[in-house]
Amino acid sequence: MAHFEKANSLEEWLDQRLAIKTLRRVLAEEYWIPKNINFLWAMGMVLAVTFGILLVSGIFLLMYYQPNVKLAFDSVNYTIMKEVEFGWLWRHMHAVAASVVFLIIYIHMFTGIYYGSYKKGRELIWISGMLLFVTFSAEAFSGYMLPWGQMSYWAGMVITNLFSLGSLELNGLVEWIRGDYVPGQAFLDRFFMLHVLLLPLVIMALIGLHFGTLRIPHVNNQDGEEIDFDAEAKKYLEGKKKESKVIRFANDFMSKDMFVVSIFLIFYFYLVFWHFDFAMDPINFDPADGLKTPPHIYPEWYFLWSYEILRPFPKDPGLVAFGFAQVIFFALPFLDKSPNVAPASRRGTFKYWFWLLLVDMIVLTVMGKLPPQGIYSTIGLVAAVVFIGLWVALPFITKNEKAV
Amino acid sequence: MKELKILGVVVFFTLLTYWGVEPYAHSVMHPHVESDGFKYDDLPALTKKGDAQRGAQTFLSAGCTGCHGVKAAGMPAPMDPNAAAASFGVNPPDLSNAGSVYDEKFLAALIKNPEHALMVEHKFSKMGRAYPMPAFYGVGGDKDQEVADIVAYLKSIAKKDVTPKEAYELACGRCHAMHYDNWTQIGEKPKFKHKKDELLFEAKVLEYQDHLTKYLGKLPPDLSMYIRSRGEHYLKTFMENPQNLLHGTAMPRVGVTAEAAEKVLEHMADVGDAKRHERTSVGVKVMIYLFIFAILAYLWKQSLWRELH
Repeated sequence: MAHFEKANSLEEWLDQRLAIKTLRRVLAEEYWIPKNINFLWAMGMVLAVTFGILLVSGIFLLMYYQPNVKLAFDSVNYTIMKEVEFGWLWRHMHAVAASVVFLIIYIHMFTGIYYGSYKKGRELIWISGMLLFVTFSAEAFSGYMLPWGQMSYWAGMVITNLFSLGSLELNGLVEWIRGDYVPGQAFLDRFFMLHVLLLPLVIMALIGLHFGTLRIPHVNNQDGEEIDFDAEAKKYLEGKKKESKVIRFANDFMSKDMFVVSIFLIFYFYLVFWHFDFAMDPINFDPADGLKTPPHIYPEWYFLWSYEILRPFPKDPGLVAFGFAQVIFFALPFLDKSPNVAPASRRGTFKYWFWLLLVDMIVLTVMGKLPPQGIYSTIGLVAAVVFIGLWVALPFITKNEKAV
Repeated sequence: MKELKILGVVVFFTLLTYWGVEPYAHSVMHPHVESDGFKYDDLPALTKKGDAQRGAQTFLSAGCTGCHGVKAAGMPAPMDPNAAAASFGVNPPDLSNAGSVYDEKFLAALIKNPEHALMVEHKFSKMGRAYPMPAFYGVGGDKDQEVADIVAYLKSIAKKDVTPKEAYELACGRCHAMHYDNWTQIGEKPKFKHKKDELLFEAKVLEYQDHLTKYLGKLPPDLSMYIRSRGEHYLKTFMENPQNLLHGTAMPRVGVTAEAAEKVLEHMADVGDAKRHERTSVGVKVMIYLFIFAILAYLWKQSLWRELH
């Protein structure tokens, strides 16, 4: 057994048993971050805070929500929104955070693509991040089922139908997923379980993995410069803070993070109190009715781009294109053949590739919401073909990129 | 400076996406219908000045009370809601507050030709069915004068300041339940001591709903959450002229005044968006807290980064 001295303070007492001083040093004080970064590097912290908001508000909602097809709608819209003190606040916070978290995820992803933060040892950061994106998508979708409104029901119907895989007609698989021929009690129960237990567990595990993947390659910086972290840390510790290219995670980096978080929270709470409709589709305030299909069925905004890759094609090619869109981002570190880790602006053709991808995904998003008629169908089809074309072209345009 | 530029790019693309999926997409999916301010320009203005006392006489001799109660004048409804619905499809309204909830032009037009004022010809005369309320053929004198007198009478007995709930009950409540406010088409659901009494009441509601469904083709929806699912603008323009937004619907034009429409909407907001006032007041406090938080966070950052740059 280890030898324990009498501790003179609580900190010392804990340190003997938990090595908290070492933990603090390794995880915060001497976890080195490059100095040459901008506010986009704070998106990870913003995401962590938003996830925290989702978790806490979700716990409060869980105390009153009833996962029953007869009670679910009223438990949300009557009990939580009218009867429970501040129930409305938790619900609006939860719904708006669920939407805003995707905005930040997209900003976080495009930051990574722009600065090439998925290369040279950082591949796993990208892949674990993409796993988080997919799990968050499943979490968002399963949560959207729970109020059991018209859009919950019909989006649930449409999305689970995809698993029949077109002409393969795997209707048995669809029934197995739903637990019924149409969305019903079994469907609601299993999506409830996924939303409040299984998927949050997976998300928390993946967040741990995502942090872990950062540790050895370190965070990228604005110029993609390869930094000797040991040498720079030594400078910092010797007091040459101005000269050193690195800063402490806490409190140096954290203080900047917190400022960005505060600006984000002002934006977020403005939406919660005054502009929540974009995240709470009015159609979902009509109770689910299996005999009344809404004229327009569309997913929440963050799924629209991939929905629009599915929609303009005939059934089977559409599903193939949709599948392609779901997995292709994972392959980014391997499709980008250039060894350059640099901002897109310094990478020749890749610069155009980046901005084209961004604009194309915005076009897809807007077309995904509009009814698939006339000119919107055509624009959607072109944008979907461009999306696929961009990914096919990526290895070729990066292969001959000049070293920077 | 560079960071502000980056922020500008992020904000630009965020707003562009927002504009595309919200205002733009919704303007394409739901064509905009403007309100006419409840002026009912298609209906003729009253040409005669009505006399309320004469109107009271005319009202009685015109036979209105054969179907309508006027509690304010001590005249109870001649039939209970279910018996009335069995005969007419829907329970005719008590007219106590009709004079303040309904527009006078609309009331006059309704008395003369109900189908036309209510815009339901496509469901009745054009389909070979008679509208349950007969048109008023006059009681022997100048018909326009008699109608003006009846309208003046109804206005004279009506409460000037009906509550939002009363406006809803008269204008919407005989067809639309609102179970978040305990409202059924036959009135507010009382508290029952015995389960049996409750079941009997519920059976009466179901029976009434069956008549209504037969009359209209479909049970009109419960309006508890309509303020959130349809929004104020849609409801307002829909109330003004349902045919504009849902062509061919069996719902009649309601004929409420602009003021009464506001009251109906207020009641719907009280039921479906009950915490809206609290939302604003809490929102302001949260914003104040966050601005202080942002200032402190900025000062903290500055104090640490002074040594780093």
